Amino acid sequence: MKYLTEFRDGDLAQRLAAEIRAAVTRPWAIMEVCGGQTHSIIRNGIDQLLPAEVELIHGPGCPVCVTPVSLIDKALAIAALPGVIFCSFGDMLRVPGTREDLFAVKARGADVRVVYSPLDAVRLAKENPSRQVVFFAIGFETTAPANAMAAHQAKRLGLTNFSLLVSHVLVPPAIEAVLSSPTNRVQSILAAGHVCSVMGYYQYPPLAERFRVPIVVTGFEPLDLLDGIRRAVLQLEAGTHVVENAYPRAVTFEGNRPAQAMLAEVFEVCDREWRGIGTIPASGWRLKSEYRRIDAEERFAVHDIRSVESPLCRSGEVLRGTLKPNQCPAFGSACTPRTPLGATMVSSEGACAAYFHYGRLIALGTERATCPT
Amino acid sequence: MPDLNPDGWTCPLPLRDYPHIVMGHGGGGKLSAELVEHLFLPAFRNEALARLGDAAVLPPVAGRLAFTTDSYVVRPLFFPGGCVGDLAVNGTVNDLAMCGAKPLYLSAGFILEEGLPLAELGRIVDRMAAAARAAGVAIVCGDTKVVDRGHGDGCYITTAGVGVVPDGVNVGIERAKLGDVVVVSGPVGNHGVAILCVREGLEFETRITSDTAALNGLVADMLSACPDLRAMRDPTRGGLAATLNEIAAASHVGIEIDEPAVPIDDEVRAACDLLGLDPLLVANEGKLVAVVPAGSAEILLATMRRHPLGTRAAVIGCMTDKHSKLVVARTAIGGRRIVSTSMGEQLPRIC
Repeated sequence: MKYLTEFRDGDLAQRLAAEIRAAVTRPWAIMEVCGGQTHSIIRNGIDQLLPAEVELIHGPGCPVCVTPVSLIDKALAIAALPGVIFCSFGDMLRVPGTREDLFAVKARGADVRVVYSPLDAVRLAKENPSRQVVFFAIGFETTAPANAMAAHQAKRLGLTNFSLLVSHVLVPPAIEAVLSSPTNRVQSILAAGHVCSVMGYYQYPPLAERFRVPIVVTGFEPLDLLDGIRRAVLQLEAGTHVVENAYPRAVTFEGNRPAQAMLAEVFEVCDREWRGIGTIPASGWRLKSEYRRIDAEERFAVHDIRSVESPLCRSGEVLRGTLKPNQCPAFGSACTPRTPLGATMVSSEGACAAYFHYGRLIALGTERATCPT
Repeated sequence: MPDLNPDGWTCPLPLRDYPHIVMGHGGGGKLSAELVEHLFLPAFRNEALARLGDAAVLPPVAGRLAFTTDSYVVRPLFFPGGCVGDLAVNGTVNDLAMCGAKPLYLSAGFILEEGLPLAELGRIVDRMAAAARAAGVAIVCGDTKVVDRGHGDGCYITTAGVGVVPDGVNVGIERAKLGDVVVVSGPVGNHGVAILCVREGLEFETRITSDTAALNGLVADMLSACPDLRAMRDPTRGGLAATLNEIAAASHVGIEIDEPAVPIDDEVRAACDLLGLDPLLVANEGKLVAVVPAGSAEILLATMRRHPLGTRAAVIGCMTDKHSKLVVARTAIGGRRIVSTSMGEQLPRIC
């Protein structure tokens, strides 16, 4: 358990929290970009260790949450086709499209399979030459290299029955969109450590400079997060706005160059629609023309599907950080993990689901029960 | 069909003419009879079953009857640490034991898929017989049906169980009271993670094995050491989180647990971290949660730790009036979170 338990130490966590309390003199709003960070914050109760002045705003970095409903509908249409094996990461299965989710399509007989790696889907394509195998390639820069590798391998193997339904999204344009919004309240950014392990953080100094916000590359364990928050608070209090790396055991300035080369071979930048937010220019990746033959949207001609979002769902405001999940009128009533109106209530990284599962503590106060033993 | 030579059969025994289950094995005719006579009877061997009546007729018992049933569906049929047969016996035995009952008799209903290798069925039945012997119960009646190939995962088993609750024993999940202490009998999450690893081809340095086991021996020791035991439940599907929530809801109390006190094996924790699963929500097949008055906790813990299935028993929390019907965990870093039940199956996270 090396590199895990030492980053979950209770005493050190209390010390970092004490440093944050000592440094804070006024209210600050800090956004953790990545859904994995949101999950860890709520699950470990990190927010409860912070002084009231420090407000954490949950960012748009949950891949499941921002995948547009139109793409979910395309996935549902493709998965329902006879002869198709539709492969997906597990937490996409319950994300609602316009009318239903992949579980519902599976229950009607579609061959929908959960895989742990896109390379598993390539293997399935090799093993099932008479079937069309489609992989739902979503996610940020973190999942993209493995998807690029799958595309590369499928091309190399000459597989004609493998394709990718791609909806990759990029973190820096999303940060830019958040910070340039007229309603923006975010004063500092905790950048997503795993995205940076692939991409490095050379893209961030211009953002920090332009918006005059401190950006701290931050990991996911409790001590990583507390250290990231501490550095952000220290900069905010000092009035500086530089980029810091609080996750050096995984992240370098340049990032993972071989992975970046693989990405550049397979993908090109495109405009991308973000669920609940809208289209952000140059905020996604699509397959390059050389790889267009394995683009599932082309292969299965699913261009003209009409998609509609639930009018009650305000996940866009949640993803932009202008609404807390429990401030949404539908939260916990019309919208629960059992009957999600938006993707943020589905994914374990989604801010609404995180609040639903763990966050009702907010109403409980912080008084501790005392066990007799 | 050649004449049968009963002396030529052994157990577990592939019937000579059909190395696989065929539809006829569920037809009630000769093939069904062969299966019973040469596979089930020799393995389960007991007087009540050997009479092959329409029902097992059993001697009178002293005390209240406990009666339960459960169906066992698992893919793959064999996994590290056990098979569907072990689960079918241990699971039902444990359901009886959790009510304070001494398990006595089981029934076994098999739904077999056409094409299941008879040798595999033999191994499953053998494991059931061994598990029943270990738990001190008899499998006294049964049934077999066969479904077309493609309409079942090889072998489904339904067991029902009867046990007797001795006078003076009163346990129930609605009996937990403020100040009571929660004990878990050992590390959680092993069964669910073992199944997931073998199903998905995930490998770790140490092989994670299922914890399937019959807990009635442990329970008997616990009840004799602590007659004031209030509640027990085995945290199977839904894991520890589901069981604690059920106790909190049934007893109208809050439960506070100390998360670092919950025993979890390193490999299980690592696998859960990797897959984005919460070990508190992962299934167990050989663990129990007990609620006991605080004053009896020490003696209960000592008793459990003397039993092979309770060596790592630990106090993990207590009943509180601070948040009725909610389970709250104090995290390792001193924060708190609500431990809620999962929506169904946990879905592995994307990254």
